[in-house]
Parts: sequence; structure tokens; C-alpha cells
Amino acid sequence: MAKHHVVTTVNGDPVEFLCESGETLLDVLRNQLNMTGTKEGCSTGDCGACSVTVDGRLVCSCLMLGVEAAGKKIGTIEGLASGDKLHPLQQKFLEHAALQCGVCTPGVLVAAKALLEKHPDPTETEVRYWLAGNLCRCTGYDKIIRAVMDAAKDMRSGRHAG
Amino acid sequence: MQDKVQSPMSSEFSVIGTRPIRPDGVDKVTGRARFGADLNLPGQLTGLVLRSPHAHARIKSIDTTAAAALAGVKAVVTRKDFIEQPDGTSAFGEGTLNLHDVISTVLAGDKVLFAGHPVAAVAATSREIAKQALKLIKVDYEVLPHVIDVDEAMAPGAPLLHAGMITQGVTPAPTTPSNIAKRIDIGLGDVDAGFKAADVIIERSFKTAAVHQGYIEPHACIATVSEDGQAELWVSTQGHWIVRMLCAKLLGWDINRIKVTAAEIGGGFGGKTVVYLEPLSLLLSQKARRPVKMVMSREEVMRASGPTSAASMTIKIGATKDGRITAGEALLKFQAGMAPGSPVGPGCMCAFAPYDIANIKVVGYDVVSNRPKVAAYRAPGAPISEYAVESVIDELAGKLGLDPIEFRLKNAAKQGTKAAYGPKFGPVGMVEALEAAKASAHWRSPLGKNQGRGIAAGFWFNIGGETTVSLVLNEDGTLGLTAGTPDIGGLRASLCMMASEELKVPLEKIRVQIGDTNQLGYNFLTGGSRSTFSSGMATVEAARDIKREAIKRAAKLWELPEEAVEWDAASGAVRPAGPNAGKHKPMTLVDIAKIAGKTGGPIVGYSRLNAHGAAPSFAAHIADVEVDPETGKVSVVRYTAIQDAGRAIHPSYVEGQYQGGVAQGIGWALNEEYIYGQDGQLQNAGFLDYRIPVASDLPMLDTIIIEVPNPAHPYGVRGVGETCIVPPLAAVSNAVSRATGIRFAELPMSPPKVLAALDAARANGAAKI
Repeated sequence: MAKHHVVTTVNGDPVEFLCESGETLLDVLRNQLNMTGTKEGCSTGDCGACSVTVDGRLVCSCLMLGVEAAGKKIGTIEGLASGDKLHPLQQKFLEHAALQCGVCTPGVLVAAKALLEKHPDPTETEVRYWLAGNLCRCTGYDKIIRAVMDAAKDMRSGRHAG
Repeated sequence: MQDKVQSPMSSEFSVIGTRPIRPDGVDKVTGRARFGADLNLPGQLTGLVLRSPHAHARIKSIDTTAAAALAGVKAVVTRKDFIEQPDGTSAFGEGTLNLHDVISTVLAGDKVLFAGHPVAAVAATSREIAKQALKLIKVDYEVLPHVIDVDEAMAPGAPLLHAGMITQGVTPAPTTPSNIAKRIDIGLGDVDAGFKAADVIIERSFKTAAVHQGYIEPHACIATVSEDGQAELWVSTQGHWIVRMLCAKLLGWDINRIKVTAAEIGGGFGGKTVVYLEPLSLLLSQKARRPVKMVMSREEVMRASGPTSAASMTIKIGATKDGRITAGEALLKFQAGMAPGSPVGPGCMCAFAPYDIANIKVVGYDVVSNRPKVAAYRAPGAPISEYAVESVIDELAGKLGLDPIEFRLKNAAKQGTKAAYGPKFGPVGMVEALEAAKASAHWRSPLGKNQGRGIAAGFWFNIGGETTVSLVLNEDGTLGLTAGTPDIGGLRASLCMMASEELKVPLEKIRVQIGDTNQLGYNFLTGGSRSTFSSGMATVEAARDIKREAIKRAAKLWELPEEAVEWDAASGAVRPAGPNAGKHKPMTLVDIAKIAGKTGGPIVGYSRLNAHGAAPSFAAHIADVEVDPETGKVSVVRYTAIQDAGRAIHPSYVEGQYQGGVAQGIGWALNEEYIYGQDGQLQNAGFLDYRIPVASDLPMLDTIIIEVPNPAHPYGVRGVGETCIVPPLAAVSNAVSRATGIRFAELPMSPPKVLAALDAARANGAAKI
């Protein structure tokens, strides 16, 4: 079967690719666009390692087809930092040691960014429920939650331009 | 020379104990870090595995003709493509090794022994073609009766997995085969006399479910074998030297043919200490003459890689009225999966290790059944047996009317305690951990409605082992550090900190990497909580090697005997040892690097050692739970983990280990279990139905780091990664028991089980809620 020609935007850059009907956005990102920062943990939408944003909405890229990306604005972990400047969430994750193996980290960061864009002043419970779709087996979440809360605080006070 | 290299143990540390940002951090928050599945090579093929649909069946024939003939298929392998291996066991790492079992795990032989057992593998130009090829492989099975549960597998008349399995460790040897691979006996004193001296004896039986390590990154590797037989393997593993050795043995190759590079590893917890895909990808690549990439799906991870054992246990403990334990007895039956090798051995050794008990008897059984072969999981065996013992200890404290911490303190292991498994403990932190628990704000805080508080102790040995580290002094005085134990949770940060502390070189001047198998001598794997201990010890030795060399070079330049030059630990420079040696300006490593060429050439610190003196880590955990009387759902509402680290090099990553172990232990206690149907199929092979704790399931996890330094390590390190998963099972169970008034003896304490127990207790008026 002929492949589909898809034109889309990834992290602000125009991108086009050819994909099979059944190919997921995750496979397209990783295998065609060489953007391996987005991880595959389950391919069933249960672990959140493949989290991306589509027109600003948080999505498991393993549950979305590549063809569905046409005309959308896709955001991935590779788009979080701007130039040399890490996003405040990235900086806080480093300062709080909020990662161990780091394989869930890209998805957690993308999800946390989507949270703070929508809810800049979340409670601990809100952060926990927002991130409940992002599994981490190393940290017990404690330092992740603290890093997100701390980043939110800094972003609210405008200490980071991020 | 050695005596001039002083350990700064007694002085204040400047780097150790601080919390710098890890050197691999930026790569991991930007998506740049390359994990197992992140490497692609030109011309690569996709490798896939055909797996058994049956829990137990004889393979009558395998026909791969049609699959091999499919356009795009470049290679097919079955067990016939591998050399046969001797069926015998040898000690290895934290467990044992039997190469016949290793190859039988990678690919089934005459029989498939669990649903998901690999039968064949293919490599093709696309995933779609590889999938089609799997469908074209014809396997003729004769289905056999299967057995899943450990008690059923031990029962007379159970379906036999291995016709020739005669139980080891029993005299006289049994004359008929069974599923019991081995019996283990350990003991101390006289338990009969001990129980006679007891005023109170409690005996109770327990069951725990098999649980998976649950690393988020599935197993992944890519292999390329050239026409001259040189092979490269990129793999997510806890030990690339182990992978190299196992692959070389399974393939019958010389070790030097395989270079293994450890990718960034997305979690392991013991589960990435064995091989599954690696030998297949190498052989497929050799056949196809193209790189072959293989990545497991989550379902494959759950069905066919490591969980740890399910277990069935009986514990009996006796104590006097004043709270002195007089005897402990344990019967531990661990399910090993399709081949022997459950962690029942360490389970037996750890069972009573937190306590100073004169009379102990432990019997363990290693039992095969139609499940995937178990792999190591964080403190293998210890959480299971210590859960059962800590539950009975708690019940005893209640029966004696003693505070559960006081009862444990009265019997706690300390320096000089003889453990049932042999050694006398050196300085250990069990008493300190319990005292810290008693003094904590958590222990004294009030509880809410439907809540209960539990405490449990924990122990794990920790190990050392073979280790190599190199430390290169670059031309400008910066350093390049290469270690060989994969970094799962902050190792590189800790190693840089130790090198920085030793040499007084700023952290940002040290570049660290995990070397491949060609760059260093042998390294045992990251496991047994050994990496910060062993690679840390080797890093410090390599740094001292640099100091010794710096002294030599300065002596040469200053035309002094080496004895007249010394290392000044305060300034991190070499200087004349005294006024008689002349007025030479002290030289830092930057100065020494500049003169390296003319004083003898490049300067490289090197350490290769077998790290001895690993010391155990003890813990005490406090858990508060709330039980929903309507649904039986248990929520952990407050948690404090207290553990002896020896020395916390980077406290954030020590806390992180404690918190991660606690979360896994809570999952084990409340949610996680392998659920099999009557058909022998795993029914919950995915993260939706095998539910590991998510962020909204847990509270903040408080930690208290105790430091009772390990005298065998230059900075006192013990190793912290495993002990922390041991206490949560019992701490949570004891909390649930105290909240409900019902003693629970089976994990997981999932809502249906808790609700059923509540209903039963309510019927006879025994429930507290």
C-alpha cells in the first residue's frame, strides 16, 4: 500500500514524512525523524514515556497515528530547552535529583510542562494526579513532585524566562 | 610511598556529602541520552522472537522453510543453531549459573516450559516482514499438563518439567525426579531447646505473589557481526562484561570477538543481569551480515523476562515474657520458574539477619514450575522471607504487650552478632536505625480514622567483586574517568565526587564515562548494591595512583628522591616534604600535566581489584496506612525509611534509592502480582493490569540517612540500593493489621482480599473497622 505524505510541525519546525497507515506517531518520531528523546515503554498508552503535546494537549504518541499529525503542532522533549537555556522544569529536575535511570524523564517533563501551562499553581495532589499517567519505577515520585512544584513556584514569580 | 597517601576519612569532606548536579543529567532531561533502543545503524534489520503459546509442551518439529523463503527475511535461528551446553551449576554473582539453563531461556530445546518461551527468531528488512515471517514458522507441539503454583509443583504427581531433576541437598538422594531442584539448610544453635525456653510461640504461614522488576525500558540491543567475525553489541544491561561472557559461551566464540557497549539503561533492578535477545541478535547478524536490532514489547517483558519468585512460607518464632527471642524457624518454598535458580538461598540467609538470635533453623526449597525463569530483583529473596519473619515479630510484640520498636531493639543484630548464615557482623547500623525510628516525629504523630502504623526492619548483605577503573590526567590537568559498572541511578556523580575529594580537582574538570568491554579490564555487573562501593573503591585507588605518579614526576623535575616529595591533601598539590628538600613551588595536577611528556610520558591512574569488605546495610521503615472500610483499598498515607548508608556520597541519590525501593515494596505489598489462568497463561502482561504504583498512589516518602561507616571502604560506603525494598512489605502489612485488627499473611493485599478479610472478621466481630 502506498505510504501517506504527511506535513506537520515538530517543535516549531516544518516537517514532512511518509508513513504507513498503521504507523504510530511514536514510531514516526523515533524511526523516521530520528527524534529518540521520546521513549517507548509499553505502546499501549499505560506508561507515558512517549508523552508529546499535540496542539498543546498532552498525548501518548504510541496511541496516535503518524497520519493524524498532519497539520498539527507537535511538541516533544527535544523542544523543551531553548538554545543553551534549559526549561525551568529541566533545571529543577537536575537540582532535585528527580531522575535516576532517566528513561521516563522526557515523558514526565513533557507532561509536567503541559500541566504548568494549564495550571501554573497546582497543589501536590493535582501534580500527582496529572502525572499519574507517567510511570517511574526508580524514584517513588517524591523528588519529581518536589521538582515540579518548585519549578511552578519559580515560573510564577518570573524567576525563569523559560 | 603508600603511607603518604592519607585517607581524608578523619577530616572534613569538601565534596562528599554535597549534592552537585549529576554529570549525565543534562543529556537525560533533554532527550539526548541514548538508551538501548535509541541506536540505529545503516542497513539494520529488525529481529523478532516467536514464542510458545503453551505453558508446557513438547516440540515435535519446527519448520522454518516458508519463513526463510519470504522476501525480506535475511536470517532465521532456532535452538539447533546454538552449540549444546553442559547441564551443571556453578556459583556466579548473587546466584548460580547453569549454561544449559541460560541457552534454554534464550531458546527452547525439546520442550517449551512456559507461555512466552522463545522458540525461534527471525531478522528481516522491516518489522512487518519479520512479523509475517513469525507466522510462517510451523511448530508442531504436543501439549503437556502444566503447573504454576509452588505448592502444587511440589505435590506428588505434579506435572514434571524436567524428567531428570533429582533434588539436591537431600541425603540420601531421592530416587524419583520432582520439581524440587534443591533443598537448603542453614542454622544456628538448637531450636528445640530455644522453643522450650519460650513463653510465647507464634507460627504462621504466608504466601507472596511473583512480581516483576518493572523497569520502564524494555530489553533492547543491536548487534553487528562483520565478515571476519568481529562483533559489536550495544545493549541495555547492568553488566556488559557478563553479557559478553554469556554470549561468547553460548555461541562458542572467543571473548575478544565481542565488544559490548552498555547503553544508558532505563532501569534494571536485577532484571537486566541476564541475556535474552543478545545471543539471538548476534547470531542473526552473523547469518545476515547486517546489523540486527531487537526490542522487546512490554508484553514480552512481562511474559518472558525476569520476575522474582512467588513463595509459600511458614515461620515460627518464640520469645520470653520479657521480650527476648529464643528461637526462630523458617520453611521457605520459592518458585524458580522454568529452571532452577530462585533466590531462596539469600532468602534463607536473610530471614532472621536483622536479629541476634541464638537458635535458628531455616529450610529452603528451590522449585521449578511453568513460568519464566526468575531473575534477580533488588535484594533477591530478602523481601520475601523478611516480610514473613517481620510479620511474626510484629505479632509477637503485640502478644507480649511490647512496643514493636522496643521488642526489635531488644533483639537487634549488632557488632559481634553471629548471623545464621555464618559471619559475625562488624559495625552495623540496626540499633541506630531503630533508635532513629523511635526518635522520629513520624513515630510519635497521631493517626487518623481507619489508619494503622507498622514498622519493619530490613537487611541485605551488599557485595563487592571484580572492578577496573582508569583515570587519565589530560594535558591541561583535567581528568577523564572511565568505570565499567553501568550507571543506573547516579553512579557517575558519586564516582566523580570521590575522585574530586581525593585529588582536590573541581567536579567540572572531571569527565566521566562508562567504558565498553575493550576499554577496561573485567568488571562484574551493577548489582548487589556494589557499584558505588566497588567502582568507588577503584576510583579512589586510581586517584591515589595519580598522586603517586605526580610525586614521582615532581621528584624527577626537582631532582629529589621520591621520599622528599609529598602530596598535600589540603591544597591538592605536590610539594617538597620538608625544609631540607629545597624551596620548590608546589605543583598542582595542572602543573604536573604540563611536564608529563618530559618526565616519563602520559599519566594514567589505574585500579584493578577484587573489592573485599562489602558491609551489610540495615533499615527500619515506618508506614502509616488508611484502609477504606467500604472497598478494602489500602492507601499509604505517610512513610519514613531509615537506613544505614555507611557514608552517603551524594545524599540525594541515596535518598532516591531509599524512596525507589520503598515504592517498589509498596507495590509488592498492595498491588502487584502475576495472575495466571487455568490455562497457564499470564493474564496481566501489561502496565494496565499489572499496576505498579503511580504518582497519585503514594505520599511523599521521607528518609533518614544513618551513617555507620564501613571500615573497608576508603570513604565508608556500604551500598544502599537493595536493603530499602526489604522492609516495606512487612511495614505496610503490619500497618494494615493494626488498622483492621486482622493479621494478613498473603501479598498483595489487594482490595478484594482485604475486603473479604474485613467481611469475614465483621461476621465474627473481630474487625476494628
